[in-house]
Amino acid sequence: MNDSAPAIRLTAIDKHFGAVHANRGASLVVRDGEIHALVGENGAGKSTLMKILSGMMPTDSGTIEVHGRDVTGWDTSEAIDAGVGMVHQHFMLVPTLTVAENVVLGREPVSAGRFDRVRAVRDVESLCKQSGLDVPADRLVADLSVGEAQRVEILKLLYRGARVLLLDEPTAVLSPPEVAELWKVLRRLRDGGATIVLITHKLDEVMAVSENVTVMRAGATVEQMRTRDTSPEKIAKAMVGRDVDLTVRAGRSASDPTASAALDVRHLVVRGARVDRAVHDVSFRVAPGEILGIAGVEGNGQTELLEAIAGIRAVTSGEILLGAADITNRSVHTRGEAGLSHIPEDRHRRGLILDYSIADNLIFGQQHQFTSNGILLRDAILDHARSRIIEYDIRPTDPSLPARALSGGNQQKIVIAREMGRAFDVLLAAQPTRGVDVGAIEFIHAEIRKARDAGKAVLLVSAELKEVLTLSDRIGVMYGGRLVAMFSRAEASEEVIGPFMTGAKRELVA
Amino acid sequence: MMNQRVRTMMEESVLPPLVALVVALVAGDLLIMAYGQAPGVVWRTLLEGTWGNSYGFGQVLYKATTLTCTGLAVAVGLRAGLFNIGAEGQLAAGGFGAAVVGLMLPAGTPWLIAVTLCVLAAALAGGAVGSVPGILRARFGAHEVIITIMLNFVVLALLNYLVSAKLHVPETLHTPEIHAGAVPRLSSAFAAFHGSAANWTIVIVLLAAALVWGFLFRTRAGYELRAVGLQSDAAEYAGIRSGRVWFNALTMSGALAGLGGINFVLGYKNYYEDGFTGGAGFLGIAVALIGRNNPVGVVLAALFFATLSQGGLAINAMVPKQIVEVLQGIVILAVATAVPEVRRLLRGSMQRRKASS
Repeated sequence: MNDSAPAIRLTAIDKHFGAVHANRGASLVVRDGEIHALVGENGAGKSTLMKILSGMMPTDSGTIEVHGRDVTGWDTSEAIDAGVGMVHQHFMLVPTLTVAENVVLGREPVSAGRFDRVRAVRDVESLCKQSGLDVPADRLVADLSVGEAQRVEILKLLYRGARVLLLDEPTAVLSPPEVAELWKVLRRLRDGGATIVLITHKLDEVMAVSENVTVMRAGATVEQMRTRDTSPEKIAKAMVGRDVDLTVRAGRSASDPTASAALDVRHLVVRGARVDRAVHDVSFRVAPGEILGIAGVEGNGQTELLEAIAGIRAVTSGEILLGAADITNRSVHTRGEAGLSHIPEDRHRRGLILDYSIADNLIFGQQHQFTSNGILLRDAILDHARSRIIEYDIRPTDPSLPARALSGGNQQKIVIAREMGRAFDVLLAAQPTRGVDVGAIEFIHAEIRKARDAGKAVLLVSAELKEVLTLSDRIGVMYGGRLVAMFSRAEASEEVIGPFMTGAKRELVA
Repeated sequence: MMNQRVRTMMEESVLPPLVALVVALVAGDLLIMAYGQAPGVVWRTLLEGTWGNSYGFGQVLYKATTLTCTGLAVAVGLRAGLFNIGAEGQLAAGGFGAAVVGLMLPAGTPWLIAVTLCVLAAALAGGAVGSVPGILRARFGAHEVIITIMLNFVVLALLNYLVSAKLHVPETLHTPEIHAGAVPRLSSAFAAFHGSAANWTIVIVLLAAALVWGFLFRTRAGYELRAVGLQSDAAEYAGIRSGRVWFNALTMSGALAGLGGINFVLGYKNYYEDGFTGGAGFLGIAVALIGRNNPVGVVLAALFFATLSQGGLAINAMVPKQIVEVLQGIVILAVATAVPEVRRLLRGSMQRRKASS
């Protein structure tokens, strides 16, 4: 429909990282002025392909053309000059500078040899207005919400004149209203002539905003289709290479209402990094065989709540009971022995030692069980790793590879295998599927349900409202450190819960 | 596949230091030529004076023994994420501890008991000095770099006072000779080493290096120590108490540095002398850096720096011996800058090799 050259044409891209073959003859064609979804499981090579396109890394072979010009082998500054820029999953902003300062950083307006702050603010404000990206230009980035910080990242690219925007899983950290806001912005940018490539593995997002979809699997491009001619099932099948069940199963509680709580939290108050009461008088119980989901926009005390229960963060007041045992002031180790298992929200910071091997990571936190007289039992550790790798389908399968070499989804599988493969009564699952592909999400959800059906109590915290709704038997909502609502699965829906997440409604839960 | 990975590992850990060495050699060539000498001749003299004759080799072994200890000390700290710059003071304290016990023991004490007690005293004294920043770090979060640097001055001044005011032989700055606990020279078994300071301490120290390796990579405590050093947040999640690990690591680090003191006190002079450390504690930082915090690497790096140091004496007639100190500096700079760079290039070439195959 457009006889001019496509905005992007990647042909036969190949890329190796040591023993890992990240891209195998991958290709991508993106028309000028469209929103193009690039989907695939974790480790399918989407991010690598985009990093090659944006000049962050060279390709081993293949060609890159932008607007018909062969730009193979360019670097990021050349890419930016040509109007191609990338918004990364992890923001690259200076928290101590203002929005305007961050946006102009590296290309500051100068008058009389000095940084012209007034002009910077003016430029950024007009850019905000023009693009529909609403952020106060004079606020410190440290004070912004995640959604706002992401807008700043996009503004940075627009300020540098980007016409081709590559977004790497932009909704991973956003609440539903923020996601809707982002779609509006992206559509507006596209209508203004920009070309957008959206890396994602969420199929509803693909259906919602994209015109075309390219599916990657195992480093190669397997299919390109028009969004309106396809369906989520077809895309999922292309991603995974087999049929996938996408239906949302209602939670079926296996809990016995007369049973005493497996986890009992009473009037918990926890101090946060910047506030005295990040968790403010929160009480709830989780029964054996029940999944209690905590919904809420990130940063409303969920992290502090889970860390306090896990024993990583000190409790100001209140009590935490595991079964009959008061664990409020017990060590992490004691809690683990008492039957507490914990999937932490940030696998890179807490869940894994990235430089340790898969085998060593699979015993992390339980190393005392693989020790005899202080000496690590190498054979037992390797045997344990081999069986977990098979059971949880961790790839690649070599237990001596460092965790760093694995894709995000497989890294998360290490954490899941470790925390769910051991004896436990209560599971804390924080963002268990963050940055994980469809196939792995399906797997992790099944594991969590299996644990529930086996009579374990599960406390699930997720920024994905859909995930909370899909899995939970009961759903609590956190806002401003308080538990502002509690629903049974039957009562809960996105429409009902939404207003509580944003603080528009509250019915304090005692 | 397996072989490929072993090869990759060897290339990544062996090649970069070699490149740094070549860079240092070229810089050394230029320096030597600036003095109007032929590099080939100077290098040959340096090698002949160190590895080329048994006396020189003995001296290299002697110096490497002390450097291995201080290198291990720094390496253990770094594995736990801590930078121990106090090895100099810990080394001196270890030597002093060994000397005091050697002086206190009666002359007829059985050899094995006396040596064991003196060696323990050295490790304890060094460990005690190391435990101070350990406690301060674990309890109050005080930065170990500041504490260990400053503690060097405190310890060295204190030992200077004790020796000069209480224990010295008149007109000198050393203690009387110890009564028991002396470690024999290597020349007692191999006549060729005659005259060199090399002594059986080297066996104790190599044993210590092997134990440190086993500790780091084969014990639970080592697993936890490295976890704290790599990612302290993850260690906290796993229920590892960072404070305890920090304390243990710095104490162990101090003990290893202190162990180096027996090389001089028990193995060479049989007395403690003020200032015997001569910067070996600080050079331990470079040894750990070049040795990549791996005990095997530390032993090799210690041999290398010992060779440079002894070689400086051999070439003194042709070029100023300070030239080797310049070389040491260049090696350290080259490693610090070349290692990441070489590894980057290496990865690139490996990928290309694979892509074309």
